[in-house]
Amino acid sequence: MLTRLLGPQRRHLWFWIFTGPFVIGLVVFSYIPLLWSITLSFFDARNTVTPTHFAGFANYVRVLTDPAFIQSLGTFALFALVVVPATYALSLSLALLVSQLGWGRAFFRSVFFLPTACSYVVAALIWKMSIFSGVRFGLANTVLGWFGAAPVAWLSTTQPPWYWLVIISVRLWLQAGFFLVLFLAGLQRIPRTLYEAAAVDGAQPGWQTFRYITFPQLRTTSVAVVLLLVINAFQAFDEFYNLLSSSRGYPPYARPPLVYLYYVALGQGQDLGVGSAGAVVLALIIAVATVMQARWFGLGRKEP
Amino acid sequence: MSGTDVARGEQRVSVPRPRLSRRRLLVAGGGLAVGAALAACGSNTGRGGNAQTGGPALSQWYHQYGEPGVEQAVRRYASEYRKTPVDVQWRPGDYDQQTAAALLTDSGPDVFESPGPTLDQIQGGQVVDLTDVISAAQSDFNPTVLGPKTYQGKVYGIPQTIDMQMLYYRKSLLAKAGVQPPSTLDQLVAAARALTTDETKGLFLGNDGGAGVLGGVPLWAAGLELVTADGTVGFDDPAAATALGKLHTLYAEKSLLLGAPSDWSDPAAFIQGLTAMQWTGLWALPQISTALGDDFGVLPFPPDGPRGRPSVPVGAYASSVSARSKRISEAKDSEAKDSEAKDYVKWLWVDRTDFQEDFALSYGFHIPARTSLAQRAAPLRSGAAADAVRFSTEYGHANPLLWTPRSSTALQDAISRIISGGADPSAQLASLVTTVSAELARVRK
Repeated sequence: MLTRLLGPQRRHLWFWIFTGPFVIGLVVFSYIPLLWSITLSFFDARNTVTPTHFAGFANYVRVLTDPAFIQSLGTFALFALVVVPATYALSLSLALLVSQLGWGRAFFRSVFFLPTACSYVVAALIWKMSIFSGVRFGLANTVLGWFGAAPVAWLSTTQPPWYWLVIISVRLWLQAGFFLVLFLAGLQRIPRTLYEAAAVDGAQPGWQTFRYITFPQLRTTSVAVVLLLVINAFQAFDEFYNLLSSSRGYPPYARPPLVYLYYVALGQGQDLGVGSAGAVVLALIIAVATVMQARWFGLGRKEP
Repeated sequence: MSGTDVARGEQRVSVPRPRLSRRRLLVAGGGLAVGAALAACGSNTGRGGNAQTGGPALSQWYHQYGEPGVEQAVRRYASEYRKTPVDVQWRPGDYDQQTAAALLTDSGPDVFESPGPTLDQIQGGQVVDLTDVISAAQSDFNPTVLGPKTYQGKVYGIPQTIDMQMLYYRKSLLAKAGVQPPSTLDQLVAAARALTTDETKGLFLGNDGGAGVLGGVPLWAAGLELVTADGTVGFDDPAAATALGKLHTLYAEKSLLLGAPSDWSDPAAFIQGLTAMQWTGLWALPQISTALGDDFGVLPFPPDGPRGRPSVPVGAYASSVSARSKRISEAKDSEAKDSEAKDYVKWLWVDRTDFQEDFALSYGFHIPARTSLAQRAAPLRSGAAADAVRFSTEYGHANPLLWTPRSSTALQDAISRIISGGADPSAQLASLVTTVSAELARVRK
């Protein structure tokens, strides 16, 4: 009986020894909190994780009728719409430039990759305090001063919304290098012979070659990059929080969903019911978006 | 006690991993296992027993005070308590969140300080009724700060020290611009405009233009309340929109300092001359007076409108007892253990006035929560400090207990939209009144 259970060469035992710890970790740290959160979203759970007062869909109604939550989804959508194409274009163009270098390629690759190793918190603080500080001696305002322009309070000005410049530029700086490396790897996979054949067929180097050879050949890399970029955009929290929060909370603009939920459920409010309802709504949105994206790009389809 | 900006949030650092061979991994794993086994033999678990009495120590939590010496002082007070050993925990980081989370578990503190306790904590039965602890001296505690610690006639937190905020102005800069210290909100707007030059801004209300720090202050200055005595919205009045509209004028006329390297809680912008006037805490007074000597004065937030009166916000950290500390649930007789923590709070924050005085005045700059101590404190009897004490007695307002985080966020958002977004104050206030009414209805039931 025991030998049956252990399987040939005790394979079942070894299977569980190797996968067991990870399964336990997944269950304890992902599945249980997930189910618990769904449960909490149906209860009036203030300052408690073991609520007793069933609330039905009241929390969902609260969160979906809260203009701040709807606005936070709008903030996220705007952020993703700008930062995903911008990072894609920037890292692809940098990759093309770096790959064409005759010398110092490794040097430039490292230089562009370095910001990836920087903490989001540290970068956000540098952007907030040195580069886009609102006083006249901030870097950006010093540059403006050379042209005689008045200093701008970058993070407090809502008309025009200068804070987006700060948020987008710090995100670009932090992540462009990482995707540059992915694109470089993709570029190196394109067979030389294709370019030679194209040249023989009379394709002009430059735009024509890029449009008909390089870009289509990068398709798998592009799909991966866009998926990763969208997921990164959904996780928008660190730089927003560190750029805009103060000891008294967060301004009503540029508040992505995670920051909204943080203040509802984990700040002094501790309204875990509404927080969980918001998290479930957000998870559903992410799930739908990811499935649609995968469909669109044909993710998982066989390579031609 | 100043609310310092803390860089919170998960750090995403990508560190190149050293290459590990399988053998080295196993060796390291074995080492870890041995280390864990050795650690398990150690007895220092941080909240364990005490050799003298054999009983477990009471755990007491403080947030990290910025002033040097406070940690040593609170540990000294605790060590002088003879009845029970007390284990003081000094907790840096986001303290409110730490306590809120810890109160959900059995490993939280027995005694803890907080800017609350919050209404949810009281209604959720997370903190213990301390009315009998304070009863002997209740009339001596400042009623403005004791009010928000009181729910349905019962006291849930013993105020430790009072903090307040006020307007600091540079006398020399006002004289140079020919401006009198403002005594109405209109004069403040005009003064800030007159004081603004290429080098210096007129007024600093925080990097967000004042939405975060001011809260109820402009409404109090217009003669209104956040919550009325019978628990309804206290600012549903045209005077509120008028006062908030004037804050937008400050912003629109570019008289406000924005985006300074440090926020309102730090007097750096004022000391460095980036601004001629700044709204900051009493805690900044020693630093300002060292840097500027006599060249500064203090004011309450100036009144607005016919019913207006000057206002300053006051608040107090209070000491509370957790209702579900491990001590209580472990004990067979929960009343006895419960009273052990309460006895300690009574000893430290009611009986030992010498410690309370030392705590308020020897390190930072705060007003003792006991009126008798505040009156005889020498550092508070002259100059700007005496003004501050007078402002907090005459014009002090504390956020009411029924003013929950949801209401406070809604007010802050509305003020922010009015000040920097230029939104219509009446429309913002109308939707704010709706939100706050719903919230007040929820908490009253």
